[in-house]
Amino acid sequence: MGKPTGFMEHTRQLPAERAPAERTSDWNEFHEHMPEQDLRDQGGRCMDCGVPFCHTGSLLAGMAAGCPINNLIPEWNDLIYHGQWREALDRLHKTNNFPEFTGRVCPAPCEGSCVLGINEPPVTIKNIECSIIDRGFDEGWVVPNVPTKRTGKKVAIIGSGPAGLACAAQLNSVGHEVTVYERADRIGGLMMYGIPNMKLDKKKVVQRRVDLMAAEGVRFITNTAIGDDLPARQLIDDFDAAVLCTGATKPRDLPIEGRDLNGVYYAMQFLHANTKSLLDSSHKDGQFINAAGKDVIVIGGGDTGTDCVGTAMRHGCKSLVQFEILPKPPGDRAVDNPWPQWPKIYRLDYGQEEVAAIFGADPRTYCIMTKKLVGDEQGNLKELHTVLIEWVKDDNGRFAPKPIPGTEKVYPSQLVLLAMGFLGPEQIIAEQLGLDTDERSNFKAEYGKYGTSIDGVFAAGDCRRGQSLVVWAIHEGRSAARECDRYLMKSTALV
Amino acid sequence: MTMPTIFEHGRPVRHGLYDPAYEKDSCGVAFVADIKGRRSHRVLEDAIEALHRLSHRGACGCEANTGDGAGILTAIPHDFLARVARDYLQSDLPEPGRYGVGVVFLPTSDSERRRCKDAVAQIVADQGQRLLGWRPVPVDADRADIGTTARQSEPAIEQLFIAADNAFDQEAFERQLFIIRKHASHRLRSDKSLAEAKLFYMCSLSTKVIVYKGMLTAKQLRPYFTDLSDPDYHTHLAMVHSRFSTNTFPSWDRAQPNRFMCHNGEINTLRGNMNWMHARQGMMRTLDLPGLNDQDLRKTYPVTEPDCSDSGTFDNGLEHLLMTGRTLPEAIMMMIPEAWEKHESMPESKRAFYEYHSCLIEPWDGPASIAFTDGHYIGAVLDRNGLRPSRFYVTHDDLVIMASEVGVMDVPPENVKIKGRLQPGKMFLVDFEQGRIIDDNELKHEYAGRRPYAQWLMNQRIELDQLPSNREDHGFCPDTLLPRLSAFGYTTETLQFMIVPMVLQGRDPVGSMGNDAALACLSDKPRLIYDYFKQLFAQVTNPAIDSIREDVIMSLECYIGPEGNLLETTEQQCHRLRVPHPILSNEQLAAIKHMDHGGWRTKTIDITFDRTDGTGGLLPALKRICTQAEQAIEQNYSLIVLSDRDIGADRVPVPTLMACGAVHHHLVRLEKRTRIGIVLETGEAREVHHHCLLVGYGADAINPYLAFEALWQAQRDGILDQSWSDDKIVAGYRKGVSKGMLKVMGKMGISTLQSYKGAQIFEAIGLNEQVINHCFANTPSRIQGVGFDVLADEVIRRHEIGYPTRNEATQLPVLPNDGQFHWRHDGEKHAWSPQTIAHLQDAARSNSKDAYWQFAKLANHEARDHCYLRGLLKFRQSADPVHIDQVEPASQIVKRFCTGAMSYGSISIETHETLAIAMNRIGGKSNTGEGGEDYERFKPLANNDSKRSAIKQVASGRFGVTSWYLTNADELQIKIAQGAKPGEGGELPGHKVDKIIAAVRHSTPGVGLISPPPHHDIYSIEDLAQLIFDLKNANPTARISVKLVSEIGVGTIAAGVAKGHADHILISGDTGGTGASPLTSIKHVGLPWELGISETHQTLVLNDLRSRVVLQTDGQLKTGRDVVIAALLGAEEMGFATAPLVTLGCIMMRKCHLNTCPVGIATQNPELRRKFTGQPEHVINYLFMVAEDARQIMAQLGIRRINDLIGRVDLLETDDAIDHYKARGLDLTPILTPAEKPHPGVEVYCTIAQDHGLDEVLDNKLIELAAPAIERAEPVRIDLPIRNGDRATATMLSHHISKRHGADALPDDCVHIKFTGSAGQSFGAWAVHGVTLELAGDANDYIGKGLSGGRIIAYPPAGSNFDPSEATIIGNVALYGAIHGQAFFRGHAAERFAVRNSGAHAVIEGVGDHGCEYMTGGRVVVLGPTGRNFAAGMSGGIAYVWDPHDKFIENCNLGDVELENIKNEEDERELRNLIEQHRQYTNSSIAEQVIMAWANTLPQFVKVVPTDYKRALAQMKDQEEQTEPQAVAVPGE
Repeated sequence: MGKPTGFMEHTRQLPAERAPAERTSDWNEFHEHMPEQDLRDQGGRCMDCGVPFCHTGSLLAGMAAGCPINNLIPEWNDLIYHGQWREALDRLHKTNNFPEFTGRVCPAPCEGSCVLGINEPPVTIKNIECSIIDRGFDEGWVVPNVPTKRTGKKVAIIGSGPAGLACAAQLNSVGHEVTVYERADRIGGLMMYGIPNMKLDKKKVVQRRVDLMAAEGVRFITNTAIGDDLPARQLIDDFDAAVLCTGATKPRDLPIEGRDLNGVYYAMQFLHANTKSLLDSSHKDGQFINAAGKDVIVIGGGDTGTDCVGTAMRHGCKSLVQFEILPKPPGDRAVDNPWPQWPKIYRLDYGQEEVAAIFGADPRTYCIMTKKLVGDEQGNLKELHTVLIEWVKDDNGRFAPKPIPGTEKVYPSQLVLLAMGFLGPEQIIAEQLGLDTDERSNFKAEYGKYGTSIDGVFAAGDCRRGQSLVVWAIHEGRSAARECDRYLMKSTALV
Repeated sequence: MTMPTIFEHGRPVRHGLYDPAYEKDSCGVAFVADIKGRRSHRVLEDAIEALHRLSHRGACGCEANTGDGAGILTAIPHDFLARVARDYLQSDLPEPGRYGVGVVFLPTSDSERRRCKDAVAQIVADQGQRLLGWRPVPVDADRADIGTTARQSEPAIEQLFIAADNAFDQEAFERQLFIIRKHASHRLRSDKSLAEAKLFYMCSLSTKVIVYKGMLTAKQLRPYFTDLSDPDYHTHLAMVHSRFSTNTFPSWDRAQPNRFMCHNGEINTLRGNMNWMHARQGMMRTLDLPGLNDQDLRKTYPVTEPDCSDSGTFDNGLEHLLMTGRTLPEAIMMMIPEAWEKHESMPESKRAFYEYHSCLIEPWDGPASIAFTDGHYIGAVLDRNGLRPSRFYVTHDDLVIMASEVGVMDVPPENVKIKGRLQPGKMFLVDFEQGRIIDDNELKHEYAGRRPYAQWLMNQRIELDQLPSNREDHGFCPDTLLPRLSAFGYTTETLQFMIVPMVLQGRDPVGSMGNDAALACLSDKPRLIYDYFKQLFAQVTNPAIDSIREDVIMSLECYIGPEGNLLETTEQQCHRLRVPHPILSNEQLAAIKHMDHGGWRTKTIDITFDRTDGTGGLLPALKRICTQAEQAIEQNYSLIVLSDRDIGADRVPVPTLMACGAVHHHLVRLEKRTRIGIVLETGEAREVHHHCLLVGYGADAINPYLAFEALWQAQRDGILDQSWSDDKIVAGYRKGVSKGMLKVMGKMGISTLQSYKGAQIFEAIGLNEQVINHCFANTPSRIQGVGFDVLADEVIRRHEIGYPTRNEATQLPVLPNDGQFHWRHDGEKHAWSPQTIAHLQDAARSNSKDAYWQFAKLANHEARDHCYLRGLLKFRQSADPVHIDQVEPASQIVKRFCTGAMSYGSISIETHETLAIAMNRIGGKSNTGEGGEDYERFKPLANNDSKRSAIKQVASGRFGVTSWYLTNADELQIKIAQGAKPGEGGELPGHKVDKIIAAVRHSTPGVGLISPPPHHDIYSIEDLAQLIFDLKNANPTARISVKLVSEIGVGTIAAGVAKGHADHILISGDTGGTGASPLTSIKHVGLPWELGISETHQTLVLNDLRSRVVLQTDGQLKTGRDVVIAALLGAEEMGFATAPLVTLGCIMMRKCHLNTCPVGIATQNPELRRKFTGQPEHVINYLFMVAEDARQIMAQLGIRRINDLIGRVDLLETDDAIDHYKARGLDLTPILTPAEKPHPGVEVYCTIAQDHGLDEVLDNKLIELAAPAIERAEPVRIDLPIRNGDRATATMLSHHISKRHGADALPDDCVHIKFTGSAGQSFGAWAVHGVTLELAGDANDYIGKGLSGGRIIAYPPAGSNFDPSEATIIGNVALYGAIHGQAFFRGHAAERFAVRNSGAHAVIEGVGDHGCEYMTGGRVVVLGPTGRNFAAGMSGGIAYVWDPHDKFIENCNLGDVELENIKNEEDERELRNLIEQHRQYTNSSIAEQVIMAWANTLPQFVKVVPTDYKRALAQMKDQEEQTEPQAVAVPGE
C-alpha cells in the first residue's frame, strides 16, 4: 500500500461526466477521463485491507458482495498510486479478460463491499479499472498474444456475450482451436446489442476487443444460430468439446390486457434495433423503434430499464416515466442490509439523471403496477392504467404486492418498453441435444464444474445461472474454460 | 504402589506429547574455600549452611520432602577416607594423589550391582590400574526424611577406590580415571541386558575432588550422607548446589555438582554444541599426553553423553578439554568467552586469544553462572551478558564465599575484606597452590600472552576482502527473472511484505493481527519447506536477549572452513576464512567459488535435478549431493558451494534447506563436518526465517542471489528509489537480514551466530520421520506428516508455475499472489474470510442465531479443511447423550471466558473499555494488557457497569504496575510471552503515546516506550517463582497467572511454573495477536495451542501438579466446538481476542502497526477513534452464542459440566473422513493420548490451592507493628534484623497500606523501618509512599522493584572496614519498573541498575553493565564507575554520572541519548540536592567529597539525557507557554 493515510487525506472523486443536455444529443460515451494525479490520489485511498472484501466475489443475501471475478483490486490500486500502469494492466488482465467492459457497465459490487465504505464513501474502484485498461489501449500495450503451441483440440462456443468471449479467450490462450458461433450479425451478444453505445462504445471498445481475439486466433462465425442454422448435434460431431454461453434471453412478459397493442416492446427489441441501426447507418436506415416525440413508459427499474431511458432520451422523447414495482430504496443502508452486502439504496443512474436534468424530475415511480394497456382504434397504444401497491406478507410469509384502492391512475403513452428481466435460455439447443435443464429452465451444470449432462458439453453464464451481471458471466466463462481445458488435457493450465 | 508402564526406573519415557528431553533446571550455587588451601571441617559446614540458605532457590514437586536435587563437591578428605575405607579395602589407602576415589550410583538389585562392579573392575584392569575396592556409602534416608518418589528411585551408592600404577604420575593417572569413568559409563548405561542400566552413574572419580549428591532437598543433604557430619571430614573447598527442575521425576544423577562444575542457568545452543563436538571427534588426536593415547581417547567417545542435562553436557565438554591437556581457566575461557567481538577497549592480546579460540570452538551460549573446581583452582564465571547473579565475600581470614546471593553465611562486618560480584564474562579464580585470588585481568593477560595469537591470526586468517573478486558477472538476468522467481515460490507478497520493506526499513518488516493462514502441512499451496518449521524461543527457563539494545554482546562473525584438531593449539588452526556476515554478495561468492589461496579451493555442487525425473528425482539428487560433498573432502577442497543457479525449464532445484541439512548431517555422522565449509548459492532463501533455518542446519554462508535480483528489478520498476545503486540495495538487504537474524537468535537467548549455527532451534510441524532423519536429524516433529513424495510434488508444482509445460508465451508477466498475509480468493486458506467476518458481525450486532450458525459453520469448516489441527478431530458419538437442559447454563460457562491481553495503547480506549464492561457484565474477565490502567476505571459506574479489568497484566515493561494497580486485580498475569511474537519485546512508537497513555504508563507524551524481550527479573525458573511470590505479596487475594506460548517443552515449563506456585497457567497458541509484530514472528514462531495445551495437561497430570493450577488456553478460538475441544484437551478456561474485536467492528485490516485502523479499534487517532461503533452487547451476544453452541455439543457428548470435559481426549477421535493429500500423513495420536496418572487419585483439574508460604514472611510482623500507621496514619518506627531468606520485604505491608489509603498511600516517612543484615530478593518491591526502608547491610536482586513512592536507603553495617565505594551493596536489576520514590545506596549495584525506571530518584556509587537501560523517567545519580552499555534504550528521565577520569563515554550506549555538561541552575540544584540527601541518609564519604569540592566536581558530571525526551520536554514547555496548562490525571503522582 502506497499511502497508509490516503483515505484520510483524499475524498472520493469521480471523473466529470458530460452534461446531460449535451450528451443526450449524441451516442458517444458519457464519461470522461480523470487527470493522472487525481487517479493516483484515488488509488491511494485504497487501504490494502488484510481481508479485501472488494475482491471477494461471494453471495450475501442473494446479491454479489465484492468482485465476482476476484479482481486484484488492492494490488492495482496500489500500482496506480505508484504510477505503475503497465504492471497494473497485467495484474488486471490476470483475472479479467475484458476490463474495458466491466470498467464501463459493471454495477461495481466491489465498491459496495469496500471496507472504506463502512463509514466513508468507498474507493472509486470501477473508474480506476476503466482508466487502467483505457490507458493500456492508448499506450499500445494491449496487443494480440498468440499462443506458441497448439493442442490440436477444437472447441465450439455458442454465444458471443461476455461469458462466451471470456471462455474463448481463455481456451485460445492455452492453445485450443476455438470457434465462436453468434446468431446476430455482430459479435458481442449483450455487449454489442444489449447495452447502448453511450455506455459502451461498440466500435471503439467492443469491436476492438473482438478484433484482438480474432488476431490471437479465435474464429468467429456470425449470423449462425445453433439449432436453426446448424443442428446442435454438429457441435458434438465436429468438436472435441463445446461450451454453451447462449445467455438468458427469454424476456419476462407482462401478460395483461392490451399487451398486443402496437407500441409495446421488450426492452431488448428496442435496444438491439437501435444499436444495429446506429452502427449500420447512423440511424439513417430508420430500422429502429423511435421514441422521438412520444410519451415513453419504461416498465422495470433495473439497468436495462435505465438503458431504455437513456436511449429514448437520445431519440428525443416527449416525456418519460419509469415504473418500479418495489418501494423506493432508502438513502442509506437499512438495518437488514449491513455492509458488506450490496447496498440496496437509492441511486440516480445516468438515464434518470438525464431525465431529471431535461424534464426536471427523476422519472421513477415506485410501488406501481400496470393493470392494463389501452389502445386506439388502430391498435396503437394510447394509455396505461396503473394502481399503486403495497407489499404485504402472504400466508406463506412471503411478501406479495397488494393494490391500494383509490390509487388508480391513467398514463398516456405511445411507447411502452418492458424491462422486467429475463427468464432463462431459449430451449432449442437443449431440446436438440437432449440436455438436462433445471427447474428454472436453465441448462443444468454444477457451479464450479460446468459440465452438462452430456460429456464434453459445458454451459456457462446466464444460460446456466440465470440472468445476472456481466462479471458473473466473465467469471463463469473463465471457469468453464478451465474445466473444459481439464476435460481435454486431463489437467489444466488455467486458473 | 506400582508405577504405570510409561515409567522406566522411576522416570517416564517419551509418551504422548511429553518428552523428558525437554526438562529444564536452574538453581542456586555457592562455594566456600580457604584461599590458602587450609583444610577444615568448618569449610564444609559453612558450605552446607549456605546451601540451606539457598533452599528457596530450589524446588519440590507434589511432595514437600522430595527435592529436585542437592549436592556438594569437596576436596578429597584423605584422612577421613583413610580411616573409614580401611575396613572395606583390607589395606591402607595409598598416599594422597596416588589413588582415585569415586562416588558411584549402582543398581539396587544385587546381581546387577555385581555385574556393574565386575565390569568396572575389568575396565580398571584393562587400563593397568589397580582396583582397591568398594565402600558402601552410609546413608540415612529415614533421618533425612526422604520422600516416597525419591526413595523409589534411590540407587545403591558406593565409593570406588583405585590405586595408581607406578608408571603414572598424578596428572596421567587422573586421565586414566577419566578413561575408566567414560568407558564404564558408555558401556554400562547402554547395556540392554541390565534392567537398571540407567542407575549406573559415576558422580565423580578423581584423585582431587569428590561429589556427594542426590535427589534431595537442600536440608536433606547432610542427614542423608552421614559422612558429611564426620568432624574428620576436612576440605579446603566445598561447592554446593540446589536444583530447581521443571518436573517432579526422580533424577538422582541430574543433581549437581557435576564432576568439575555446577551451573545456574541454561545452555541454549546445546544441540549445536553436541553436534559440533561429535563432528570434531573425527579430527581429534592426543598430543602424547602421559596417560592418554589415541586408542584410549576413542573409548571416551561420544564426548557428550546421552541422557544428560545441559549442565551435564557442558561438564562433559569441559572435562574433555581439561583431560586432554588444557587448564581449567583456559577451557572455561574457550567455552564461555567474553563478548570480545565489539569490545573496542579490550586489550589486543586478549581479543586475539578469544578470536583465535573462536576458530577452534563455538561458545556454549546461554545464561550461565558456572562454578568450577579441580582441586587446584576454584572459580566462577558469568556468561557474557551477566544474566545470573553471583556475589562474593572475601574475609580477612582468607575465606572466600561465593553464592547466587549474599547473606548465605553470617560474617561479622569487621571480618569482611571485599564484597564483590562476578561481572559479565569475567572470571573469579582462586589458586590454592599460590594461595591467592587471581584477578581477571591478570589471569587473562597471562593466558593471552602464552602464545602469539595475534601474530598467528595475522599470518593465517583469510579475509574475504583479500580474495580476488573475479568480478566478471554482476549476476542480474532480468530476462529470465520472472520464471525463476515463480519457480522458487516468490509471490507479490514476498516483495510487498518481506524483502522490499526489509531494504527500506533496514529490519525485519512488521505486520499485525497474528496468523490465521493454514499450517503448511494442511495447505493446498506448494509451500516452501521453511514454512514447516517454527522457531523456538526462550520462555521462563532462560531469558530472551534484546539484540538491539544489547548489541554489544551480539555477533554474526564466524570463521568457516576446515577446523584443526581441537586438542592442540597451533598456528595452523586459525587458517580459516573470516566471514563477518553470513549473507554474501555476488562478488564475495564469486571470490569464494574461484578461490585458490593458501591451499584453499572450492568445489561447487549443483543441487538441481532433471525435470524429466519428476517427483522421483528429489531423493536421488539429495543422495548424489551428499556423496559429492564427501568426495570434496577427500579431494582436499576446503569449501563446497551448494548451488541452484542451474535452474531452468529442464532443471528443478532441490530445496536448499534440504540439501544443506542433508549434507550437514551426513558429514556430522561421518565425523567429517569440521573438515569443510558449506556455502549456499540459493535462489530459494530470501526471508530472515529462511536464513535462520539454513544457518541453524549448518550453513556457513549464504548467497541469496535471487533476492538481490528481485530487488534490483524492483528498483528498475520504480518501487525502490532510483538513486539507489545495486550495491546499496544489497547492503540494505544484508543489514535488514542481520537485524532480523540477531532478533531471532536473541529470542532464544543466543548471542553469537557461531553458536546458533547448527543449533537447530526449531520444531517441525508435519514432516515425517524419514525427512527429519535424513535432513534435520533430532529436530522434534511430533505429529509426523508429509514425506519426500509430497515435498517433491511441491517442488514440481512450483517449477510448473515458473516454467509451465504449456504455453509459456500467453502467461501474463506477473508473479502470483498466494495470499499468505492478506486474504486472496484462490489463495492460502485463512480462518478469517470475508464471509466469516460478515456473518460474525451480523450475529453479534443483531443477536442473530442464524447468522451465528452460518459463522460457526464456516469457521469450523475452515478449521476442518485447512487451517488448524483441531479441524482434523471429531467428537465420538456418545451412547448416552443428555438433554440440553441438564447441561450447565451458558451464564455459568461464560464465566470461564476471558478476553485477550490487549493494551490500551495498542487498541483505543473505547475498545478497551467496551471489552471490560462486557466481560464484567457476564462475570468473565477482561485484561489490561501491558500498559497499566487509569485509576478512574477502578471505580464502578453509576449504572453498576465497571470498566475495571479483572486481569491486570504484569509484562516486561512494567508500565503502570504500581502497588495500587496490583491491589485492584482479581488476577495478576505475568506475560512471559505472547502468541504473535514470543521471545520479543515491544515498542509503542512515540506518536501513539498521547497525554493520557503517557499518564497511565507513567511516561512522557510523545516519547516511544520499549518493553524489553525478557522480564529482567526472570532469567530462569527460580526467578519466576520469586516474581510469583512477589506478586502474591503485592496482592494476596489475586490469583497469579503465568502466560506461556505453545512450543515444544511448554508442558515441562508449565510444570516448573506450577512448582513455582502459579495459581493459573495460560497456554497461548501461535496464531493470536493484535498489534504490531515482525512478520517473521507472526508466521514462524510458536506452535498451535492444541499441541501446547495437550502437552501441558499431560505433563502436569503425570507430575501430579495438574490439581494445583487452573489451565487456560487461547489462540483464535471462535466457536463452541473450539471451546469443547480446548476443554477436552485440558483447558478449564478459554480466552478470546480476535473474535470479540471482530464483533466490535474489526475487519482484519492488519494495519494496527500503522495507527490507521479505519474502524477506530487499533488506533489512537482521534478522527479514527470516532468511527468506533462497538457496544458491550455485541461481545456479550457473541460469547453467549458460543456458550450455547458448546452446550449443544456437551449434550450430545453426554457431559453436564465443563469440569467433566477436562482432559477427556477419549471423547475425541481423528476425523478419517478428511481427504487432504497432506493431512493423510499426520498422526494426532500424541494429542489424543490420555494423560497418565502417576498414581490413583490424581485430579485432572484444579482442586487444590497452592501454598504460597505467605504465613512465614517477615511482613506479617511488619503489618502487625505498623498497625497504627495502616489504621490511622500514625508514624511508626521499627528496628529488625533481616536475612536473605526474607524476600519481598515490605511488599505485603505496602499492599495493606494501598488497600486502606488508596493510590496516595501515607505521608512521607510514616512507617520507618530499619533492618540489619542481608536482605533477600525483591527488598522493598512496590513499597508505597510513606514507607522508608533503611538497610544496614546489603541486598540481593530486584531491590526496589516497582517502587511506588517509598524510600529505600542502604549502607554498610556498623563495624565494616572495607571501602563502601568499592563494594557491591545491591544485586542485579534494582528499581526495575520503579514508578516513583527515592533510593540511596552507599556502594555499587550489579548489572542493570534502574532498568525501566519510570520515576524513581536514586543515588548510587557505581553500577554494572546496562545501567539505566530502558529508563523512561526519574533521575539517577552515579557517583562512581559504570559498566558497559549504559543508557541503552533509555527514552526518558535523566542520569547524572560523575566521571572525573573521562571514562564514561566508552561505556555509554549513545543510540538514544545525548551527553551534556550541567549548565543550567535547575539541573545543578536537582543534582546537588540528591547528593546531599544521599550524604544525609547514608553517610556517604563520596557524597561528602563531591559536595565539599562542588566547584571542581560539578564540571566532572555528565548529564545523560535521551534525545526524544529532551525534544518532548521542550515541546511540552512550548505548549504550556502557549496554552493554559491542561489538567491531566496522573495517577499516583
